[in-house]
Amino acid sequence: MFEIYCPYCEEHREEEEFHPVGEAHIQRPVDPEALSDEEWAHYLFYRKNPRGLHHEMWVHATGCRKFFNMTRHTVTYQIMETYKMGEQPSVTEGAKDDAK
Amino acid sequence: MSNVITPESPLFHADFAKLAEVTKSLDAGVELEEKAFLGHLNLRGNASDEAFTSGVEKALGVALPTAPCTSAQSDAVTILWLSPDEWLIIVDGGKEHETEAALRANLTGHFAVSDVSGGQTIVRLAGSDSINVLKKSMGYDTHIDNFPVGKVIGTAFSKTSCHMLRTAETEFLMVVRRSFADYMWLWLQQASKEYGLKVIA
Repeated sequence: MFEIYCPYCEEHREEEEFHPVGEAHIQRPVDPEALSDEEWAHYLFYRKNPRGLHHEMWVHATGCRKFFNMTRHTVTYQIMETYKMGEQPSVTEGAKDDAK
Repeated sequence: MSNVITPESPLFHADFAKLAEVTKSLDAGVELEEKAFLGHLNLRGNASDEAFTSGVEKALGVALPTAPCTSAQSDAVTILWLSPDEWLIIVDGGKEHETEAALRANLTGHFAVSDVSGGQTIVRLAGSDSINVLKKSMGYDTHIDNFPVGKVIGTAFSKTSCHMLRTAETEFLMVVRRSFADYMWLWLQQASKEYGLKVIA
């Protein structure tokens, strides 16, 4: 079980209260009509699935019902940080060596 | 056709009046009561907007609790923080329309007030063993340092979810969805069996 820090409730809660929603920071294309089928498919279906740091979106489903982002290591499962929607991660791939 | 509609609370079928009669002389560790037919208003708005917070305070006579997991209370109204831009306002049954009107009169711009009274109910859990029942039901730390009086949390309660307000050291109000009220009632009966359960009508 994870203990997840909700950046909106400002405390740690049990994983049971949350749902993972998938990769974070995916922007909807501004003009979908202009995209090729391949580009659109990439937006809809293609995800990173990295071995290492992953920025992902979670929702505090039974609590404040807010979506937020998390930086998590997919091998160790260590949660590096959680941060609000609209914010950028402070732990990134470039800083991966420090995170180990 | 009759125009009189008799409202039924979500736990109407459990017949708390009868159970209260049966359990009234019981030396029980857990006390259970349904706070039925209260007025529930869901309020949404921007907490950092001065006009919004002061408008709410003017309408309700209580300052909006803007810090996470806090609540505010007066004789007439209880406000629970649900999320950074969402609150639950609980008033006496029958007062919800005038409270909603007062909010609408004092607020402008981007806000929402919805009457959700029919969609949920409140279960009051009290007694010396109420904490033991909660420990079986959820993962949240119920210690008074972590969960002080006046704090409100939204959490997973057994297999459902509820918003829980601690009103005294051994007293909790649980806001539960109408459709899950029966599940919670069955769960609480079973969980409090070993401590003895007294029903308050």
